[in-house]
Amino acid sequence: MTTRDTSGGAVVLSHLSKSYGDVRAVRSIHLTIAPGETVALLGPNGAGKTTTIDIVLGLTRPDSGTVSLFGMSPTEAAGAGVVGGMLQTGSLVDYLSVRELVTMVASLYPRPLDVADALALSGCSGFADRRTRKLSSGQAQRVRFAIALVADPDLLLLDEPTVALDVEARREFWTSMRAVSGRGKTVIFATHYLEEADAFADRIVLLAHGSVVADGPPGEIKARVGGRTIRATLPDADLDSLRALPGVIGAERRGDAVILTCAEAESALRGLLGGFPSAADVEVRGAGLEEAFLVLTADKTGGANELREVN
Amino acid sequence: MHATFLRYELLRNVRNWRFILFSLAYPVVLYFVVTSPQQHARFDGVAFPLYFMAGMAAVGTMIAVISTGARIAVDRSAGWTRQLRLTPLTATEHLAARVMCGFMMALLVIVLVSLSATALGVSLSAGAWLTMVGLMLIGLIPLAVLGILLGHLVTPDSLAPAVGGTIMLFAVLGGAYGFLVANSGAMFQVIKALPSYWLVQAGKTEIAGGGWPAEAWVVIAVWTAVLVPLAVFAYRRDTSRV
Repeated sequence: MTTRDTSGGAVVLSHLSKSYGDVRAVRSIHLTIAPGETVALLGPNGAGKTTTIDIVLGLTRPDSGTVSLFGMSPTEAAGAGVVGGMLQTGSLVDYLSVRELVTMVASLYPRPLDVADALALSGCSGFADRRTRKLSSGQAQRVRFAIALVADPDLLLLDEPTVALDVEARREFWTSMRAVSGRGKTVIFATHYLEEADAFADRIVLLAHGSVVADGPPGEIKARVGGRTIRATLPDADLDSLRALPGVIGAERRGDAVILTCAEAESALRGLLGGFPSAADVEVRGAGLEEAFLVLTADKTGGANELREVN
Repeated sequence: MHATFLRYELLRNVRNWRFILFSLAYPVVLYFVVTSPQQHARFDGVAFPLYFMAGMAAVGTMIAVISTGARIAVDRSAGWTRQLRLTPLTATEHLAARVMCGFMMALLVIVLVSLSATALGVSLSAGAWLTMVGLMLIGLIPLAVLGILLGHLVTPDSLAPAVGGTIMLFAVLGGAYGFLVANSGAMFQVIKALPSYWLVQAGKTEIAGGGWPAEAWVVIAVWTAVLVPLAVFAYRRDTSRV
């Protein structure tokens, strides 16, 4: 039996850095994740989510820094069968049924789940005897989940598990995922959907340009990135008095329109309509994640022009 | 060796019937086409059907093991080798299972080519046949590993020319088509340093009498010793990032 050293945390990343050519995918990431935590790595494309996950899984070697999984290196942890991963990969291997593929993977681990249980948990029971090449993309994604799950790993990493799924399939996936969590597993998943991170994680680690820009409980992160903007046609209003409205943190002018950045859109809206009756074409919308990242990271990295695609 | 993993790897290979059909058809069809008109001819003092059987068994088994190994390129592009890296399965266990799959195909080829030869009047003693099979399987080890290495150097869409070209080169130089491009001088020394030459010779032990000379064992051992670490290195390096 392997001794699990969790005194320092289930996952401890220190000073991780990785560059691909002149693109710095990960810049000195520090992160300690406690056993049993469910953590979302949230960030736009190119934030360094996949690179971080690949490093934790031992699939990519960092340029500098260290990774410890239960006190082991990623390769040792994989050898001990304590890590399960759901990668963002192209397709499943051919010429096997779903059940056969999951059985094959289960056989590689020291203490796997019962294959039928893994198929049920991941929502694959209904098509377990179908060949892997005949699946819809939602079904294939669930098979990938089953493959990660059947190891019964202490640490489960999911790289954008719902990418390319439609709304219904995404909802089904998270229903399955909820059935799995609460078994004391440590789960790390990457996503670029704030709602997913909010609904499912205990903790959100916000990544941008390869750095951690925020780290905390979902409520806190949501308050920071989940602000709204109000746009209204208001040709002759004074920006300073708009900024003084309750709930407004910023105001700017675009031609005849003004755009208010709000911490509390409701009170801002009441104040705007009460104090500026000539406001027309009023629009309230959620600030996009990408915009929120730009705001959050502008002072740290020099702005939007550094946002690059890494994965 | 990981038994369950190997069983499903074999299943994947067995279900790929197009691959099996074409791998088996080529040496058998070519054997009949070339040998039938000269069933009673003699070549180098040996009955031609026996002589050509050794060559076609060598070509067929090379196709079997090299292309089975090289199909790792397809698994790579599907992300499967990366997924396996997350499991306790070691690189050597994975590659060994793949080599075994190639060997199962190779055995099937030897049996079919031998049956075809029997149909054309060739008869070998059980001992001679078993010696041939044993030596061929040993001679195929470096070629199976070469296939895996090739599978790491190419993409699925360049698999066909890379594998076809490699097999053709080894087969022609090794004398599998019934003639040698040189039987003396420097070129012959090069030919004798190829595993495919000894693969063909393995089928002619009845002709030459006895097994391989020491030289053959050295050639096979050196090719294996060089290719195995290269293939393991390629596998490890490749799974680091698709």
